[in-house]
Amino acid sequence: MKPRLADRIATISFWACALLVIAILVSLAGYILYHGGKSISWNFLTSPPQVIRAGGGIGPQIFNSFYLLVLSMAFTLPVGLLGGVYLAEYARKSSWTDLVRLSIETLNSLPSIIVGLFGLLVFVNLTGWGYSLMSGALALTVINLPLIVRIMEESVRSVPAGLREASLALGANKWQTVCRVVLPSAFPGLVSGAITTSGRVFGEAAALMFTAGMSSPALDFSQWNILHPASPLNPFRPAETLAVHIWKINTEGLIPDLRRVADGSAAVLILVVLGFNLAARWLGRKIHRRMTAE
Amino acid sequence: MKKDLACMIFKLSGSELLGRVLTTGAAALAIISTVTIIAFISVKGLSTFIDNGISLKEFLLSSHWYPDRPLEEGGPQVGILAFVFGSVVVSTLAVILSAPLSIACAVFMVEIAPNWGQRLLRPAIEVLAGIPSVVYGYIGLSLLVPFIRENIGGLGFSVLAGFLVLSLMIIPTIVGISADSLKALPREWKEAAYALGSTRWQAIRLVLLPAARSGLITGIVLGLARAFGEALAVQMVIGNTRKIPASILDPVTTLTSAITMDMGNTPMGSLWNNALWSMGLLLLAISCFFIIIIRFVANKGGIAQ
Repeated sequence: MKPRLADRIATISFWACALLVIAILVSLAGYILYHGGKSISWNFLTSPPQVIRAGGGIGPQIFNSFYLLVLSMAFTLPVGLLGGVYLAEYARKSSWTDLVRLSIETLNSLPSIIVGLFGLLVFVNLTGWGYSLMSGALALTVINLPLIVRIMEESVRSVPAGLREASLALGANKWQTVCRVVLPSAFPGLVSGAITTSGRVFGEAAALMFTAGMSSPALDFSQWNILHPASPLNPFRPAETLAVHIWKINTEGLIPDLRRVADGSAAVLILVVLGFNLAARWLGRKIHRRMTAE
Repeated sequence: MKKDLACMIFKLSGSELLGRVLTTGAAALAIISTVTIIAFISVKGLSTFIDNGISLKEFLLSSHWYPDRPLEEGGPQVGILAFVFGSVVVSTLAVILSAPLSIACAVFMVEIAPNWGQRLLRPAIEVLAGIPSVVYGYIGLSLLVPFIRENIGGLGFSVLAGFLVLSLMIIPTIVGISADSLKALPREWKEAAYALGSTRWQAIRLVLLPAARSGLITGIVLGLARAFGEALAVQMVIGNTRKIPASILDPVTTLTSAITMDMGNTPMGSLWNNALWSMGLLLLAISCFFIIIIRFVANKGGIAQ
């Protein structure tokens, strides 16, 4: 075959592949949003689910997902931030640093169901908490730690060396430089990294089935005593998140309007994840602009 | 006294030692979690062999899965060959389908349409990556399974549905890593190829793809690892029968799917439950194996080194 012709054919094939992927993406998102959009209403978003009758909503599941997100981020962010700072600022080339990197790499490619099983052993059974938000949050921390560490390391690394040198020249020690100079400059990257990770937390299900559980107690939203079993804020109660709910009703659901609830839940899930994604981009750019005064 | 304490805390908060301790501690936590995960899953997973006296050979190489058969009928058996077979088939087929597509996509993004490829395609791929796996499973269940049942045959719940869903899910993983490794190549190599009179396709096929080989392989292996470990999306569309499938339209079970379905329903310490933990250990071992492959490939580097 003539090279020219081969080149032409290759170019067309590359275009075709790219267009195919875009087409699939657009049709998937469109399908879910179109079908789900019809079943989303204020009532659907706020009312509790039904077990055998039609007309249930996903209110508690949405609350659980967001609450679990906040809880797990409260663990993931500080540890991930410090770990990232360690790798970017303190780590020297040594077998210890290699071990840290190998561990992060290993954690990153563990199937989430394995982390779920680990959580079942350690956080659910060993601590005696049972299926609980706390167990779920810790399992999610294990899942997201490697991602956050990497994002934090990259944003810390991208801070220009001149800033550090100026701070050190003024007599600050390394830790002061990190806290006062490096971290504020790395802030935009940190924020968008944290939000991107939040999207992932929101959609995670396999690890939560065995840790946060597949049911929620009846929640009393006027009960703000954090230790009360019916309090929505109690971190030691079981909690079914939105993603787990989608799985559960599709595999063992008895409600007659299953399609409606599943479509609506999937649409809400995608909308929230998309929202996190857009927010990460927008906020990251905005903070960056404000800080660099461009 | 109180003032001294406050003073001390203030001094400590800016001290070099504190920074070192905190950051090293956070890094150590990564090691500690990895080691504890491996240790706990191993101890629990080995009990099938130690407490129940099942031989490794019987566990891995037999497809007789009767974990709750009473003694008078021959006693329980926990051969997981059918599950292993299911996992391997479904994830391998997924990678065979999506690796070429993803690498083509990455080449398109970096070489053919760098402008809008980066601006439009990359965010699109990231959105694809962000769609939760249960949503993929649900789409498979409500769209793909009925489609297969009505147009191709069988029940719809099948190997075919499983690997199609998986192949979509791993596209972003492979595209992302492949695009990064293509972009990292020195511009001069491409320019040299053009200067020698090659067409763009020749430059891509003979220079760029071989040079980025280690990155591409890393992407494919990570995609395979993700496919192998994915639980819920697969579980929703493959039908979950405990037999080795005879055709691509037959239902199948994977390791992850079996764990997902039965872990909550079996009492801790029973043979059935122990066997599930051993399957978890097998998954863990396989994902460690994938990491070793990636390290090995990454160390070898591209052809230029």
